[in-house]
Amino acid sequence: MCLAVPAKIVSLDESRQGEVDYLGTRVKANFMLLEEAKPGDWVIVHAGFAISRMDEEEAQETLSLLRELASAQDP
Amino acid sequence: MRDFLHRHILASFRSPLLRDLPDASHLEAGIAFTTDGYVVDPIFFPGGDIGRLAVNGTVNDLVVSGARPQYLSLSLILEEGLPLADLKRILASIKSAAAAAGVEVVTGDTKVVRRGQADKVFIVTSGVGHILAKPAPAKVKPGDAVIVTGSLGEHSLAVLLARGDFSLSAKVKSDCAPLCFLLPLWKQGALWMRDITRGGLATILSELAERLPYSILIEEEKIPLSKAVRGAAELLGVDPLYLACEGRAVLVVPAKKAKAAIRSLRRHLQGRRATIIGRVENKVGRPGELLLATLAGGLRRLEPLTSELLPRIC
Amino acid sequence: MKEFRDRKVLAGLLRSIGRRAEQVGPPVRMMEVCGTHTMTIHRFGLQPLLEKAGVVMTSGPGCPVCITPDAYHEAAIGLMTRRPDTILATFGDMTRVPTRQGSLQTAIPAQGSRLKIVYSPQEVLETARQNPGREVVFFGVGFETTIPSIALTVKQAAQEQLSNFSVLSALWIIPPPLRAILESGEVRLQGFLYPGHVSAIIGLRPYAFVAEEFGLAGAVAGFEPADILLAVSSVLDQIIRKKPAVANEYSRVVREEGNPRARALMEEVLELKDAHWRGLGLIPKSGLKIKDSFGAWDAEKKHGLKLDPGSAELPGCRCGEVLRGVLAPPLCGLFGRKCRPESPLGPCMVSLEGACLVYYKYSRP
Repeated sequence: MCLAVPAKIVSLDESRQGEVDYLGTRVKANFMLLEEAKPGDWVIVHAGFAISRMDEEEAQETLSLLRELASAQDP
Repeated sequence: MRDFLHRHILASFRSPLLRDLPDASHLEAGIAFTTDGYVVDPIFFPGGDIGRLAVNGTVNDLVVSGARPQYLSLSLILEEGLPLADLKRILASIKSAAAAAGVEVVTGDTKVVRRGQADKVFIVTSGVGHILAKPAPAKVKPGDAVIVTGSLGEHSLAVLLARGDFSLSAKVKSDCAPLCFLLPLWKQGALWMRDITRGGLATILSELAERLPYSILIEEEKIPLSKAVRGAAELLGVDPLYLACEGRAVLVVPAKKAKAAIRSLRRHLQGRRATIIGRVENKVGRPGELLLATLAGGLRRLEPLTSELLPRIC
Repeated sequence: MKEFRDRKVLAGLLRSIGRRAEQVGPPVRMMEVCGTHTMTIHRFGLQPLLEKAGVVMTSGPGCPVCITPDAYHEAAIGLMTRRPDTILATFGDMTRVPTRQGSLQTAIPAQGSRLKIVYSPQEVLETARQNPGREVVFFGVGFETTIPSIALTVKQAAQEQLSNFSVLSALWIIPPPLRAILESGEVRLQGFLYPGHVSAIIGLRPYAFVAEEFGLAGAVAGFEPADILLAVSSVLDQIIRKKPAVANEYSRVVREEGNPRARALMEEVLELKDAHWRGLGLIPKSGLKIKDSFGAWDAEKKHGLKLDPGSAELPGCRCGEVLRGVLAPPLCGLFGRKCRPESPLGPCMVSLEGACLVYYKYSRP
């Protein structure tokens, strides 16, 4: 896969392999590069490996910032 | 490919009917005539197979040229060793696709070549139909609406994923279907239509833009895409604007007739996501250009695809 | 997440960028060093919008396929030609890079040998397991985003004592070329956009020297259009306040310390080497090679491959200048004429992350 996109973990076994879901498309992924990962977590997958977990709080903060911008009045 | 066609193939043929490279040629006595070869790999894929494709592809070329499809010829080239069960399945598909499109297979030919000299099965179909209207791209003017009949890229992605080269699975089914429901639009003001096959929407529309003294502007956020196509395309790094369909068309209708055209299209299951995605322009860009207003509010030129993005999709 | 592509959000961000750039003194010049950033910027039509707002983006050496010199491909072609029955596996883009000996796709291999396109190093391991009688070589290319996966794959091969598997490694690390570009003084820059997913692995520290030694501002950026604009905004802020730093504008994915587990794996299997980069020449400690302890899985050692640093590029190809940020793709005389996606003369027109292909697809003048 050329692009690294955020996807949700749908399954994970003891060998730390599993599947993630991106907009309904399922991709096989290897989770051995992450300290912890469980189904329901959002991760970035690159070349078949999850390289980072998405931080929910930080994501929400960024989203709020953007929502503020969206609702800001035009000058 | 276009280069190759012009330089090596068309150079041998002088008929004025070939000048504009129409999908189907309009002959005397009100008859339209077309032909196409089908080499899709794999031959069975979610949503269809090579048989269904061979009927609908040819039917659709007639529809978008302004003709009601009526008769098909069917030429089968079979590789020795093709399981009989597969052949029967394909023939059943051809039969039901022909019935659904209201056409009859009236002549044909079957050849068997030795193992390894063809890849399972190749099909060539030719079609004839009665001309209802003549496409009139010369009448297209600024303000005219550009409409697509449904979501893009499903056929290409279904075939690509069915090849099993990727560790991806997605619920994408080919959109392979007949476009006969578009025929009434020829009497409701449609000026030009093309089915969105090889090269995708961007290539097909660029080819129209190139012939006009105007530009064409389409809006990225209006383009219908299923969630599955959006996801799979993003993951694979392919642009849905360049993915072929086999049951979708793009049309140009005068601005005044656009809303009625959409209503007419949405009455059919296949046209339920028909959308106005843009218009012919004379105030943006340069004549001959196809422009995309991006999600971000920017403007980008869309170029035609000149080489195979994905081989053996149809 | 659609806020990241929302027209009003982006318009608001562009307005604030415009105001800040005005304060700094337009045009403000920045470089992005990630092919996927280049793609995002052009795919969403951000380049002209940023220019109007007073910011000029230049693309740098952010494409690993592009900066790998032909010598590597030629070594791989040589191996495929000499050894019958070899399976050479690599990422798709690599197979179409043209060299004087042709591309991996077109160069004639020995009878029975095969080129396999994969998207993950794991697939190659599986191929080796399923074909015990055949030699499998993984031509592994990448920056720090991909390197841990390759390191893990080598470690797994060693654990399984897989004797028919080895890796021809073309592994590059991002911070050293930034130093090389700044030291050369060729490009006038006021800030950097740091790669999003490389940073997810290496964290923020490795870029500190850019701010501390060279006084240049910088921000780690994500891959949505809003991410790019947030990062550009942050860089401008730093310039205005005269406080160059390494800002993290992709905090939902990038931690300050990066991914320590991934880095530990890299350190276990790989070590630094001086490496030749296309266009940038020899950069000390800028590449990674497989350690001697894993030597049996190093294709260079196992198959006696020689990488000739003097190996020349195709005549007229100016990819090197594009990678250094001194030549914008449309200004290359071959761009769009002799060099096109269907007939590329260099890797920048082949790779999905190559600046030339990005410009050709999205921003042809």
